[in-house]
Amino acid sequence: MGLQDTIKDRLSNNGLIKNRLMKSNLINNPLIQKIEWTPINIATAIILFVGFILTIARFFGGLGTVTNLDDNNPWGLWIGFDLLCGVALAAGGYVTSSACYIFGLKRYHSAVRPAILTAFLGYALVVFALNYDVGRPWRLPYPIFYSPGTSSLLFEVGLCVFLYLNVLFIEFTPAALEWLGLKKIRNFVVGLTMLLTIFGVVLSTLHQSSLGALFLLAPSKLHPLWYSGYLPVYFFISSMFAGMSMVIFEGSLAHKYLHHKMDETHLSESDGVVLGFSKAASFVMVGYLGIKLIGLSIDNNWHYLFTSWGLWFLFELIGFVALPAFIYAVAAREKNVKLARAASILGVLGIILNRLNISLVAFNWQLPLEQRYFPSWMEIAISVFVVTVGIVVYRLITAYMPILYEHPDYKHADDSNNKHGHEED
Amino acid sequence: MEHIFYTLQDFMVHTKGITYLIMGGLLVGLPLFWLFLTGRDEKNKTF
Repeated sequence: MGLQDTIKDRLSNNGLIKNRLMKSNLINNPLIQKIEWTPINIATAIILFVGFILTIARFFGGLGTVTNLDDNNPWGLWIGFDLLCGVALAAGGYVTSSACYIFGLKRYHSAVRPAILTAFLGYALVVFALNYDVGRPWRLPYPIFYSPGTSSLLFEVGLCVFLYLNVLFIEFTPAALEWLGLKKIRNFVVGLTMLLTIFGVVLSTLHQSSLGALFLLAPSKLHPLWYSGYLPVYFFISSMFAGMSMVIFEGSLAHKYLHHKMDETHLSESDGVVLGFSKAASFVMVGYLGIKLIGLSIDNNWHYLFTSWGLWFLFELIGFVALPAFIYAVAAREKNVKLARAASILGVLGIILNRLNISLVAFNWQLPLEQRYFPSWMEIAISVFVVTVGIVVYRLITAYMPILYEHPDYKHADDSNNKHGHEED
Repeated sequence: MEHIFYTLQDFMVHTKGITYLIMGGLLVGLPLFWLFLTGRDEKNKTF
């Protein structure tokens, strides 16, 4: 039998992938055989179709065809939303894994895989969206492999995102390896968990803060209420509660739509995760409010609070930081999971508002309105397309891989680890 | 109304003075908030 026949035979009869696909019921799955045309699925299909058409327009027609970007406004919605919000909301990965593995809070173990998957997809989509945004996307690896600009913050951000995306990919692989039945490699990767977690925290600290530091270059362009020498600290601290809010928010969506996929461990631990993260997010948010106040005071910017920009600043800070912090606190005190989930929506919206305020709304604030940048509908549509791709991939991965449940073959080992962890607590 | 500062010394004394007051408030306020947050927790349970 020739090599070709052997490969063919392996793939068609008892091949690894086919075997796994059959075992996980992918081939016989009704999702693949027949897609139900529910309103959500129809909307998803339309968004993906429009996104596909706009992708063709972007790459064949250039940036000018689909965006309102120009030399005066080179950073628009794709940087403000896809990159800054994407990176901040993907912080749940390092927050959850460090809580579980570094601080030894093993009761959050069931939240680690969904958080890592969300973070991995978040960062992957940041890089995906960056391909749309930069003029020559094939040169994205240049700063890392060809011409490192070591004195540039963007180089540091690029290097950290590149490295952290790889770290997140490796952290995510145990789920895929369990699905494929590759026990030896899975066990090897699981052995790297602590190293990867530490690496992840270091890289996140670096690039979350550096994204804020990028705006230190533009003191005359960013409104004084948002500009501060503490911008890197604000970005890093806010990424913590953004990540925690995202873990709670994503968990509540998973509970609603993927409840059947969750095993008993996930279901029994989920309330503890929500309440524990609510408490932590609340405390970090209050600390964030404190340092925002200090920033305001040290630059003596109080008088700006009584302008229309001040009202907008207070709306962001009170409505989307102080209010969710208070709701989280009440939820943690009263053990009210529903309230915590409601606060997480405000937390996620708040971080989106903050990043958009810094990168778009309060940026070039002195310019007359006709010279200001406003995204075209096609930029908004591509951002929606990118988010939709993320949701579809998340849905697909959670449908087949052990993300929201423990793989039966490894349950016993994980149980003993958890018990060991609880004893350590 | 915006206060006019004639020297850097004036500015620093003013802004740092207020900042230290805020930091003092935070040093008192944050532990109190932590007590509010954990007030109803069972012993040996942190959530």
